[in-house]
This record gives sequence, structure tokens and C-alpha cells, in this order.
Amino acid sequence: MATDIIIHDKKDNVGVVVIEKITPKQDCKCWIMENDSSTDIQSMDEIPLGHKIAMVDLKEGDTILKYGHDIGKVIKSIKKGEHVHVHNVKTKKW
Amino acid sequence: MEIPKSFLGYKRENGRAGTRNHVIILPVDDISNACAEAVANNIKGTIALPHSYGRLQFGADLELHFRTMIGTGCNPNVAAVIVIGIEPKWTKRIVDGIAKTGKPVEGFHIERTGDIGTTMKASKKAQEFVMWASEKQREECPISDLWISVKCGESDTTSGLASNPTVGNLMDKLEPLGVHLCFGETSELTGAEKVCASRGATKEASDKFMKTWNDYNDFILKEATDDLSESQPTAGNIAGGLTTIEEKAFGNFQKIGNCKFIDVLEPAEEPKKGKGLYFMDTSSAAAECVTLQAAAGFNIHLFPTGQGNIVGNPIEPVIKLTANPLTVKSMGEHIDCDVSKILSREMNLSEAGDELIKTTLRVANGRLTCAEALGHKEFVMTKLYRSA
Repeated sequence: MATDIIIHDKKDNVGVVVIEKITPKQDCKCWIMENDSSTDIQSMDEIPLGHKIAMVDLKEGDTILKYGHDIGKVIKSIKKGEHVHVHNVKTKKW
Repeated sequence: MEIPKSFLGYKRENGRAGTRNHVIILPVDDISNACAEAVANNIKGTIALPHSYGRLQFGADLELHFRTMIGTGCNPNVAAVIVIGIEPKWTKRIVDGIAKTGKPVEGFHIERTGDIGTTMKASKKAQEFVMWASEKQREECPISDLWISVKCGESDTTSGLASNPTVGNLMDKLEPLGVHLCFGETSELTGAEKVCASRGATKEASDKFMKTWNDYNDFILKEATDDLSESQPTAGNIAGGLTTIEEKAFGNFQKIGNCKFIDVLEPAEEPKKGKGLYFMDTSSAAAECVTLQAAAGFNIHLFPTGQGNIVGNPIEPVIKLTANPLTVKSMGEHIDCDVSKILSREMNLSEAGDELIKTTLRVANGRLTCAEALGHKEFVMTKLYRSA
């Protein structure tokens, strides 16, 4: 049952860290809420509670999906397992 | 869980029920704050609601001021009201608006009397009101007498994962029991506006929502010198892991569960279409939003937080919940309902929703919220534009 990362929707390309932090090269257990399924990922970065991890490789211009919806665009390419935040993703609104 | 069908509230003259029994001293304008606070200091058990506005406002902004003042006095959590203003005319307009509920209300104006004489006259009346109100007893009221408003603050990704969906679960369970529900935060639905519009119960409600959101967005585009990246998301949101306004919006939107909204309200507008969920056009600043919802008649508030917003309101009890275990650990005195076990999967959403319903009913029955015990009384008027 223990989960390190929660993913809202099976379409999402990011997950949320739900333990105090994950460290580089940590093998993490992920839970996908929408269909109650599980998956694994190895982290590349240290990522704190509440912050996002890339579930796949992402390139500049790609759309970040969370809740199954568009929440912004990639402005700097991101590798699977890396930290996803304001340094590599930006809003499409303003 | 079997949901209780009633709570213990204060029945009011107009048929509404309160979760609190306040006697308030309401200043019409900024310069009457001193007198209102002097009265509240004289007469124990009353509370003054000082604020910053009420002079030389005009048009829609003035209408909103009156709607907020009158609505605050009309709220069923208020037993009786003393209104104090500088001039007789606006003071009387507020008194007359509140009097329609049938509750005791009396107005005093300061011009030609001064602060000291007005304080003496108003204090005598306030003493009469508070002693009368102190004999009111809680009585059994149907759960449909609860008007529940919601707003989230200092959100982080745990809000969208767990505490906001917990509120949504409560809404899904209480909406069929005939409660009134209200969400707001026009700016924080940006990015999720089309999905939100699709949750209107009718085409009319959906269209009204889109018009409200578009008007807001036009205003932002006109006023903004830069983009809103410095304000939305806030620094606290970003520290908590939220990256964009769209991400924040989809998290925010989890608060309404699977409910559909039946109408869109102006700020501080009382709902007129009966039980069900309403959207209100509000700022996303916590104290402004709760003040407007209280002025519309909502008598209990649910406030999910991530990083730990501490807001309260003088007349509407504000219940805090969080799913962030660090917030529970570091500022537990602000948290009424801890749902952090959702993240460790030791609690599911339905169990969390039941916990929140239990907490809500305890507070409706009289248990103080953390914000009440800590003295949070943020009463913040929304101002639409500068005064004349």
C-alpha cells in the first residue's frame, strides 16, 4: 500500500511526491488514482513533498498533463524521473 | 456513515438558522470604526467589525458596499445589530435593509453628537441586545438549514490531491440533503474555466459563468503591467509544488465534487434559487472571499489549505482542513480536520469526507473552530474601483 508518488489520471505525464522527499536513484512506487493501478519509476533528482516528477521524457513545447488536463508547457527539456516545476514548465495563460 | 439529519442552531425571525449567536457593532464607514470599537469594548459579548471603506464610493462599488453591510447584518449567525455611521442617511439605509429579517437592529449617527455621546447611546442599546440574545437557546434544526461556503488558500499539490476532493466528497453527500453550497474564486479557475462552465446545471448558468470569467480576464489583461506569474500562483503555492495557474485551477475545482452549479451570484448576492450549489464571483484573496460569502448568508465555511492559510471571519466559523502532513506537524493549532492519511493511503476519500461532515456538524453545534479560538476575525470589504 505504501506510495511515494500519486498520479491523478492515467493520461498524466507527471506524478506528485507524497512522502517527505525522494532522493536521486530512488525506486519509487506510484499509485494512479483514476483506475487504482500501480507503476514504478526511478528518480533522477531530489524532489520534495508536493512537487512533481516527470513520468516520461518531455521536450520543449510539450504539454504537461495533470488531472488529465493541460496545465502548461515545457520550456526546457525534461528527462523521465526529473523534477518538474517553474524552472522547466510555464503557464500557457500569461 | 449515516449522516445526521439535524444540528443544533439558533432559529431566527425570518426562518433561517444560525450556527452562532453574535451581536455585532457594524460601522458604516472607516471613520466610525473608533466609535464601534468603543461600544464593543464597553459591552461584553459584542463584536465590532471595523473596515476601511464606506466614504465617497459610487455606482456598482457603492452598491456592493451596501450589499455587504446589509448582508452581514442579515446573516443568521447574527442575533442583533448596532449600526454606527457618520451620517444619518446611509446609516438608515443599512438599518432598514437588516430590519427586513425581523431581527433587532438600531442605527446611530455621529454627526451633531460626537463619538462620546454616540458611544453612550449605542452602548445602552448594545447592552439591551446582548442580554436579550444571551437567553436564546440552540434548537434542533434540519441539516438543510446549513448554508456551506468553501474557499481554499495557501494551496499546494496536496490540496488538489486530497483536501479539496474531501470537500467535494462532502458536497456530493450533503447536496441531496438540501443544503445551500457556494464556491467562488474567479481568478483561480483560470485554466479550468471551460471545464468549470460545463458544470453549470443549465445552459443559462454555464453562459453566466463564462461571461463572469471573461469579464474578469478582460480586466486582468487591461490592468496588468506584467503577467500574473508573481501573484498566481503565489510564492507559497510554488514552494508547495504548484507550477502554473492551470494546475492550481484544476486542484481548486476539485472542491465541488460532482455537483453542478445552478446559478452565478454577484459578490455578496444572496442565493434566490433554493437549495443546491452556487458559484459566486469573488476575489481569490481568502478574507475578501469569505466576507462576501458570509454577507450572502452562508453560515458555515470549509477552508482546505496546503501550506497553512490561517484566515477566520467574525461571524461565519471557518473550518480548516489539510492533507499536508508537514502543515499538521508545524501549525496544528490552525487545523480542525486532518486528512493527511489520504496521502499515505491509510484513509480513503469517502472516509475523509465523513470525517469532515462530523467536524462540520460539531462546529455547527457550537464547537469553536481553531480560527475562532485564536481570535481570527478578518472582515475585509471588496472594493471594485477607487472612490470619488
